[in-house]
Amino acid sequence: MPNLDASFSALADPTRRAILARLALGEATVMELAAPFDMTQPAVSRHLKVLEGAGLITRRIEGTKRPCRLAPAAVNEIDQWLGMLRKALSANYDRLDGVLAAMKTSE
Amino acid sequence: MSKMTLKTEGDRHVVVTRRFDAAPESVYRAHTEPALIQKWLLGPDGWTMPVCINEARPGGKIRYEWTNGEGAGFHVTGEYVELVPFSRLVHVERMHMPDATPDNHVETTFAPDGTGTLMTMRMTLPDAATRAAMLSTGMEHGMEASYVRLETTLNP
Repeated sequence: MPNLDASFSALADPTRRAILARLALGEATVMELAAPFDMTQPAVSRHLKVLEGAGLITRRIEGTKRPCRLAPAAVNEIDQWLGMLRKALSANYDRLDGVLAAMKTSE
Repeated sequence: MSKMTLKTEGDRHVVVTRRFDAAPESVYRAHTEPALIQKWLLGPDGWTMPVCINEARPGGKIRYEWTNGEGAGFHVTGEYVELVPFSRLVHVERMHMPDATPDNHVETTFAPDGTGTLMTMRMTLPDAATRAAMLSTGMEHGMEASYVRLETTLNP
């Protein structure tokens, strides 16, 4: 069971959320993670340390590389993000229903 | 009320569908007329769109600026590629957070569905990593409010 406070502050950073979202596509090395985010490898490594400390990712050793993957706790987080996006978009479209109804009335 | 679907498709796409109880012409207009857009394209409660530019012609500019009235805000810019009144819109857009995100290519179709309209919005990102980053930054908008709730309930 990951520490809830650590998990909360780990996820407060948009770059770390983006790294988790990238890892949702599958395991990746530090080098692979650094490229799309336009960050140096040491900067990515610092973020990974925070994510690992919060129990959101796990790392294994493969030669000189330490590829990262999502821990189950992070999978749940990402499901929640999709849920939040769904909620924000749904709220927009529910409002649009009202706009459309008003357009109909004014015709 | 009709249900929205949102799903990822392949490595680079996000597809949203929603049915509306209004003719395609009305739904199309609500997506292209600034006075109408400003009434609904807002995200979480408390956010408004003080600036809404939508030049509905090929090459026309799009600019949406949102604010929560407490100093937080961001904007989206874009350009229209193709418009077929009242059935199809194609545009590219990017978020400024404040750095611009890679272009999101968006095709929105409005198909007659009984007495209503089935809207399908298909987003195409340059690659899988960009889509992942977009999903997480796009979610930030909705997350602020959600995190406040999370702090009190731990069960958003």
